[in-house]
Parts: sequence; structure tokens; C-alpha cells
Amino acid sequence: MSGIGNILAGLFVVMGAGFALVAAIGILRLPDFYTRIHAASKAGTVGSVLALVALAIVSVETAEILRAIAAIVFFFLTAPISAHLLGKAAYSAGYHMWEGSVLDEMPNGPSLPRERRRRLEAAAAADDGATAMDPVAPAEPERPS
Amino acid sequence: MSFNQFSESFLDVCLSLALLFLCAALILTVVRIWKGPTLPDRVLGLDVLTSSAIGFIAVIGIDTGFTLYVDIAIAVGLVGFLATISFARFILARGDTERSPVASEPDEVIGLEAEETR
Repeated sequence: MSGIGNILAGLFVVMGAGFALVAAIGILRLPDFYTRIHAASKAGTVGSVLALVALAIVSVETAEILRAIAAIVFFFLTAPISAHLLGKAAYSAGYHMWEGSVLDEMPNGPSLPRERRRRLEAAAAADDGATAMDPVAPAEPERPS
Repeated sequence: MSFNQFSESFLDVCLSLALLFLCAALILTVVRIWKGPTLPDRVLGLDVLTSSAIGFIAVIGIDTGFTLYVDIAIAVGLVGFLATISFARFILARGDTERSPVASEPDEVIGLEAEETR
């Protein structure tokens, strides 16, 4: 029992460390903040959780095993919340996507910052929405020089 | 008996390999935090740093047999979660100051605020 537990724990530890390494390589290599969130939230969480599973396999007391399982449940609950909140905050603050992104589902949706949406609406009222649909370069208002 | 000895040496090799991987992950994450062009990239790097530290704590707990380290892992995870959430609120309140057209034209922002207070 102990031998099989040791081998399982070793495999889980190596898998968890590999997932953590994949998460670090992902946030170093991916081109955009919104693509780096994927690597960080999924692979990073699985990395730490697999290491905790290995610790739960190795430990002999029931209290330690329950504590490790509680930690695993806690990380699985909190990681998507923090990743989603960080992504929503960055998108609402107006950080641009990568140029190679194929779809921006809310180019002038409800999550734009207040000043930018007001400027877009002002530009749309000024020249009938010709330039208001461009999310990357917001329309400059007419300014007398 | 022989199988138990093999499993213990296998676990030792796996723990050393895992520590090597986690060191590489920490170094790459620090490189991203150092390079990161925007503030959310750095906050994300801190999040990955926290999860790598939890993995480190678990590996050290297995290695030393001192499984009280799970409590430290839970505390580190809680602190990392709260830090990420407060940084996200800060980013949402501050806005994009790196490339935003709002912050590059301060006179117009002042005009908008004057419109709001009117």
C-alpha cells in the first residue's frame, strides 16, 4: 500500500509541476493578456491542485487528508472567480486585444468605460455613426486649432 | 520490501524533478512580471507565482513529511485570491493609463468631469 501510494504521489507531483511549468511558459509566450489568462487560470490551478493531491495520498492522518481536500476545493472555487474578475476589469478599463484576435464580441457594448462610450455616442450623433463603430481608434472630436 | 525501496527512491527522484520544474516555472513567471507591458500582465504573473508557491509548499511538505504545510498552502491561496481581486478592482477603478486616449488628453477629461458636476 505504501509503495503504490509513493509511486502514485510521485507521478502526481511530477504532473503538477509540469502543469505549473506549462502555465509559466504560457504566460511568457502567449501574445496577449486575454490569452495569457487561459494559461494562468487553468494550468496553474491544476498544477497546484495535483501537488496537493499527491500530499493527500502520502499523508497518513485523516485530518491532513481532509485539509488537503478542502484546500483543493477552495482553489477550484476561487481560481475562475479571480481570473474572470481580472479579465473583466482589464476589458472594462480599455486594454486592447492582440491584433490577431478574430472576434471582439463587445466592440461598443455595456462594458466600455464611461468616457469612451460617451465619446463614441457623440461621434455617432455628429456624423451619423460613420466612425463610431471602430473600437480600436475611437473617433476624435472636432477641435478648433 | 524491494518494491517499497524502489517506490521510495522513485518518490525521491520525482520530488527532485518537481522541484526543478517549479524553479523553472517561478523564474519564467518572474521574467513575465519583469517584462510585462501592462499592469494586468503583472497581476496575472503574481497569480501564477502564488499557485507555483502552493505547489512548492506541497512538494516540500511531501519531502519533509511535515504535513502541517497544508495550512500554510491554504493561507497563501487565500491571500493570493484576495490580492488578485483587489488588484482587479484597482485596475477597474484606475483605468488604462498606458495607451488609453482618455488619459492622454487630460484637458478633455477635466471637461467631462465638469460636465458631470454641472
